[in-house]
Amino acid sequence: MIPQWNKSQTVTVIGAGVAGLCVATELLQRGITPQIIEAQTEPGPASCSWWAGGMLSPLCEAESAEEAVTRYGKKAAAWWQSHTGLVKQNGSLVVALKRDHSDLNRFAKRTQDYELMDSAAIAALEPDLSGPFTQGLFYKSEAHLAPREALTALKNNLLKQGVKFVYCAAQPETIAEHSLVVDCRGINAKNDTRGLRGVKGEMLILRCPDLAIQRPIRLLHPRIPLYIVPRGDGVYMLGATMIESSAKTHASVRSVMELLNAAYALNPAFGEAEILEIGVDSRPAFNDNLPKIRHRGHIITANGLYRHGFLLAPSLAIMVANYIHTGTKPEWFESV
Amino acid sequence: MKDFYGVHLDTPFMLGTAQYPSPAILAEAFTRSKASVATVSLRREASDNKAGQDFWQLIKQLNVRVLPNTAGCHTVKEAVTTAHMAREIFGTKWIKLEVIGEEDTLQPDVFGLVEAAKILSEDGFQVFPYTTEDLVVADKLVNAGCRVLMPWGAPIGSGMGLNNVFGLRALRSHFPDIPLVVDAGLGLPSQATQAMELGIDAILLNTAVSKAGDPAMMAEAFALAIRAGQLAVGADPMEPRDMASPSTPIFGKAFLD
Repeated sequence: MIPQWNKSQTVTVIGAGVAGLCVATELLQRGITPQIIEAQTEPGPASCSWWAGGMLSPLCEAESAEEAVTRYGKKAAAWWQSHTGLVKQNGSLVVALKRDHSDLNRFAKRTQDYELMDSAAIAALEPDLSGPFTQGLFYKSEAHLAPREALTALKNNLLKQGVKFVYCAAQPETIAEHSLVVDCRGINAKNDTRGLRGVKGEMLILRCPDLAIQRPIRLLHPRIPLYIVPRGDGVYMLGATMIESSAKTHASVRSVMELLNAAYALNPAFGEAEILEIGVDSRPAFNDNLPKIRHRGHIITANGLYRHGFLLAPSLAIMVANYIHTGTKPEWFESV
Repeated sequence: MKDFYGVHLDTPFMLGTAQYPSPAILAEAFTRSKASVATVSLRREASDNKAGQDFWQLIKQLNVRVLPNTAGCHTVKEAVTTAHMAREIFGTKWIKLEVIGEEDTLQPDVFGLVEAAKILSEDGFQVFPYTTEDLVVADKLVNAGCRVLMPWGAPIGSGMGLNNVFGLRALRSHFPDIPLVVDAGLGLPSQATQAMELGIDAILLNTAVSKAGDPAMMAEAFALAIRAGQLAVGADPMEPRDMASPSTPIFGKAFLD
């Protein structure tokens, strides 16, 4: 174990977003019962992970992300399934309109383990996408989950196993030094986390009972790359913009219009959909868009999940818990 | 190399800052590109508060001259407003003026462009207009006060290279004293060399580097290619000819028997 901690000390996790809940879950598995401090009494819109897409698509992320995202991301689906049972292993599909086929070629070149699909294969897989799409890439091993239900499930597991939740806003420095603190506040820790920046995302939740899409769909587009994740019962999550800004409000008309336009291109039935929610939040990210674990005194910070919250939080949590438990510095450890 | 509104640039390379996999890779690409100028597009929303500060800080750390642009503006009014915001945020009179006329090809609305260039030039801006290779439009931009012209090679992000070499050559000979920057459409370093060999003064690109598998390596490839073209022009190339001209003189060859 790390020298700054002994088994008689409590471990306090600050933040019950996807990072904090995963860290607490992994600590419990090592026989450490943490307490969690969180400003909100229930998982909700104040946390960035509330607005997550819930795609567990490590293969597709290889298109633009570092190799580690794919390597660790591949472990996510099994982790979520064993802790929540909410994972849908239906694969994911990437399509582009005919004029953007060079984007599809590029995507194929940067990723692996896909099946090339023609229009018949696409139609067989997703009947609602037959028509405009003559080529696609199918990543059979990818999965998705409903992120809000997953957060609630993790929290309930923790409560059941005796983890205490304290509902208040807290700064890591204000926690007494006899407790080891794991700071999982995400973008809210921006002011005291060196190099952390916000990447704003806007997303929509629509109800469109006319469609029965079974798996996450990525529509490649030079201006507006879009993904749609089915949430069940005809509900779909549409995301997401990527804007270098730490603003957590102000979903702009332009962004919403572009997302809706792209959805409409995917299937005109989205034109009749009901807009349930317009969401906006800011993802916490470091300069290389990879998570980092830092340790100073009695405070360990685990942050920077960027747009890979559900994909990488399990691995980040395992690293943090192992570090506390064994003292081994993990891959994402950064000395301060 | 010609000055750009009185500013000497160390290298004739201007690199965009959009669409990189991460800020860390963006910074590495700039280091290897040795680019003298970074173009930065302004999201109007980000200027309201301090929300976009982190990205501006990162750009400042690149230690290159910033050329803000009005990317994504479709009207004269939008472009002029964005230019004013950019001047305030970046503290520079330089503005890359884009007035987009068509969504699919992103080709400039040259009528709006001339109008906006006039307004901004009269307001003290130093305008870098993103335009087509059209000679008449170029002339009107110069009359509007532009002292740099930025003709496209091909549509933005298309990677098609120089679609109208004749047009660029004509532009060069009509405006021998105006710095010309090929802006947009390049995909490969050899296309940048070709542009420099035509006598173009500088290259501006973004997608070819940011969307390459290894952006930093591609940035260096472009830097070398641009330098190659620049050296070639300085070296005064030979004139092409129809018939062979022996490179080894026959006269004076030794008789071996």
